[in-house]
Amino acid sequence: MNDPEKDIEAIRSLMERSVKFLSLSGLSGILSGVYASVGAAIAYYLLYYPRSVFQYRIESIQDQSVLTELLIVAMIVLAASLVTGYQLSKRKAQKVNMSIWNPTSRRLMLNLATPLFTGGIFILILLYNGQFGIAAPACLIFYGLALLNASDNLFDEIRYLAYSEIVVGLLGAAFPGYGLLLWFTGFGLLHIVYGAMMYKKYDA
Amino acid sequence: MKNPFEKLDKVLEHRMRLQILSVLVANEAYDFNSLKELLDVTDGNLATHIKALEREKYIATNKSFIDRKPNTRYKVTEKGRSAFRKHLDALEEVVKQQRK
Repeated sequence: MNDPEKDIEAIRSLMERSVKFLSLSGLSGILSGVYASVGAAIAYYLLYYPRSVFQYRIESIQDQSVLTELLIVAMIVLAASLVTGYQLSKRKAQKVNMSIWNPTSRRLMLNLATPLFTGGIFILILLYNGQFGIAAPACLIFYGLALLNASDNLFDEIRYLAYSEIVVGLLGAAFPGYGLLLWFTGFGLLHIVYGAMMYKKYDA
Repeated sequence: MKNPFEKLDKVLEHRMRLQILSVLVANEAYDFNSLKELLDVTDGNLATHIKALEREKYIATNKSFIDRKPNTRYKVTEKGRSAFRKHLDALEEVVKQQRK
């Protein structure tokens, strides 16, 4: 006869391990927050300098070359974050002899991809139509919705990160003149805070 | 009171079968190799217990090929899900009685 308490423990641990993508590293959250902060600093230099970042912008972007530069910065931040996230997850998975590619991570990818691609196309349409003001908050809102959609397969904290991103995004849509500041809050600050929390809890 | 041990599912008294079923109850489907990695067991061992669960119709098998390699996916059946729940309730009762 088995020990029933051990049976229950085995069930609990397996259900959790098979559903959650546990290889996600808090460190990748911190690093992508740092990349986004650097990106926001460059954007500040392109858009505001020498004015204060807390000053409400009333004019919209008119210069096509600035827009292109901003897009390139955003793409680099995104690419660097994805590569870092992938590498750190792979390293964490290898430590416990697991592969990074399993039914859970596949479902996670699919759940993330649907809102993200929808958001990406939506934002391109906004930019094409000259609606620059709400493009940055739209990034935050769709990112938050993507995280929420995938939160079943992620650590519980991610759900709160998702809600925070959505709130910051909606604030950005209401006050487009603070777009950059809120973009920095959402992609920089929140990632660093939540990444550090998760790093302390799950990695250290 | 009835002995709660009698309510335990005989098929699920093997821990590995219980573990396989736990994964399938929590996930829509799982393939053989991922199960093997997750449970950290050998091919033969896993196959034996999967067969036992199939025989009881607790799980359903879906065989296909991906890049010419066989890919076998398993899903829990309604029968398996209710057996799992009943077994869990019985385990809980056993634990409660042991603590008295």
